[in-house]
Amino acid sequence: MLIKIKKTSDICPSEITSESVYSSRRSFIAGATAGVGLMAAGISPFSSAALSTTYPNLITTPYGRGETLTPYDDVTSYNNFYEFGTDKSDPKKYAHEMTVDPWSVSVEGEADKTGVFQLEDLLKGVSLEERIYRLRCVEAWSMVIPWVGLPLNKVLEKFKPNSKAKYVEFETLQRPSEMRGQRSYLTSLEWPYVEGLRIDEAMHPLTILAVGVYGKSMPNQNGAPLRLVVPWKYGFKSIKSIVKIKFTEKRPVTSWEKSGPSEYGFYSNVNPGVDHPRWSQKRERRLPNSLFSPNRIDTAMFNGYADEVASLYRGMDLRKNF
Amino acid sequence: MSSLFRSKVAWLLCFSLGFAPLAYIVYLAAQGGLGAEPAKALVEFLGEVAILALMLVLAMSPLRKIKQLSGINRFRRMFGLFVFFYASLHVASYAFLLVDWQNFIEDIYSRLYVMAGFVAFIVLLSLAVTSPKVMVKKLGKRWKSLHRLVYVAVIAAVIHVFWQVRSDYTEAAFYAALALLLLSFRFSYFKRRLFSVQRS
Repeated sequence: MLIKIKKTSDICPSEITSESVYSSRRSFIAGATAGVGLMAAGISPFSSAALSTTYPNLITTPYGRGETLTPYDDVTSYNNFYEFGTDKSDPKKYAHEMTVDPWSVSVEGEADKTGVFQLEDLLKGVSLEERIYRLRCVEAWSMVIPWVGLPLNKVLEKFKPNSKAKYVEFETLQRPSEMRGQRSYLTSLEWPYVEGLRIDEAMHPLTILAVGVYGKSMPNQNGAPLRLVVPWKYGFKSIKSIVKIKFTEKRPVTSWEKSGPSEYGFYSNVNPGVDHPRWSQKRERRLPNSLFSPNRIDTAMFNGYADEVASLYRGMDLRKNF
Repeated sequence: MSSLFRSKVAWLLCFSLGFAPLAYIVYLAAQGGLGAEPAKALVEFLGEVAILALMLVLAMSPLRKIKQLSGINRFRRMFGLFVFFYASLHVASYAFLLVDWQNFIEDIYSRLYVMAGFVAFIVLLSLAVTSPKVMVKKLGKRWKSLHRLVYVAVIAAVIHVFWQVRSDYTEAAFYAALALLLLSFRFSYFKRRLFSVQRS
């Protein structure tokens, strides 16, 4: 006899918002005033039980208006999260093995307020926004994803970084017992996964800490419970499942930089003019595509966010600082 | 045992088994089960089938030395042609479904791994063309030396996989180890070749 034991991570069909409902959610919410009243009276989205529920009352932003969203199923089943394997389908298969509750983040380095913070405390009192961003992978595919999150600067300011804080270093969870990719013997990536930003990049209003997608909590395979999203940089800069934030004076050396210094630089800004040594970056495949049409589009400088971020790199040789 | 291999049923079984991977992937594609980037999933799957089939073919000549398995030699040509079949589908789906024609030439230049794969494919093509019995007869002794090129094909195929690795070498190392093992059975052949080169 087959006895099916429901895992806490299993999603009940009733929890899934269909895409048609999701796309018309604003009119739906506007119409359902009684519902809004109930939601407003509801629990804080950050009580730990609420981590597995939906986020009501998101602040909407104009980002991504007019873009076609990549469906939820593709966003959550086509992932690069090498801690769970290098196949695109591995993270969805194995990321449920990672425990994300409770979760704490260690804040270190050049700041007045450092220490270990519970995720709930870290996010207390913040208001969440929906940011629809393009995500351009260094492998030349891209998606459009409605993230739930908040500007990173709102969190970093809480720690009062001092004048020596020139960079911010981030680290992903290292727990080989729950992350099978970290048990591989033949990988050139070192664990824990390390990423970094210049402080002005980290403080830029486009840079967000995301806690969800599609109005729901972050699936493990997308970097639950807390991940970075830096939309004008290649996807691997948007580090997942963050356990450490460190303010440093020296530029951090990132995991990919260490593994392939000629292929991956510190900045990794989306740039159609600078090819990866093994493939062109001029164009990208917008996913999902179909068997007979690759849905190829031109890649835009800074992934189309040049107006907002180009000034960060004024006077820099982007060919050298790739 | 060897009479088993000689039966018509065995031949038909092997023949239909050879199409099983294709049937599987076509079924999956029709179900929409290939994910967000179906063409890429298809190309990768066909490539994996081709390289594994190539390993299988290379395993046949050491295996047939085991008396009970000597009958498998009968299927060597068929399996060799299946390798070519899947390699062709792999190349065709890459060329027609995945590649960006606008940047094709440039891509080939910057993607050395495509070159390595192409070398393997050209070898397999020349072996497939010379596989009919007429050609075997026509080429005589040269047929055998031509078909030794399969060693070049397997090495090129493994390089093709290696050059695509971004961080994890497990899969590439598996193919490399398998290829080395299979080539080690031909050690005496390589030794002879090396000696004859030195003498000339």
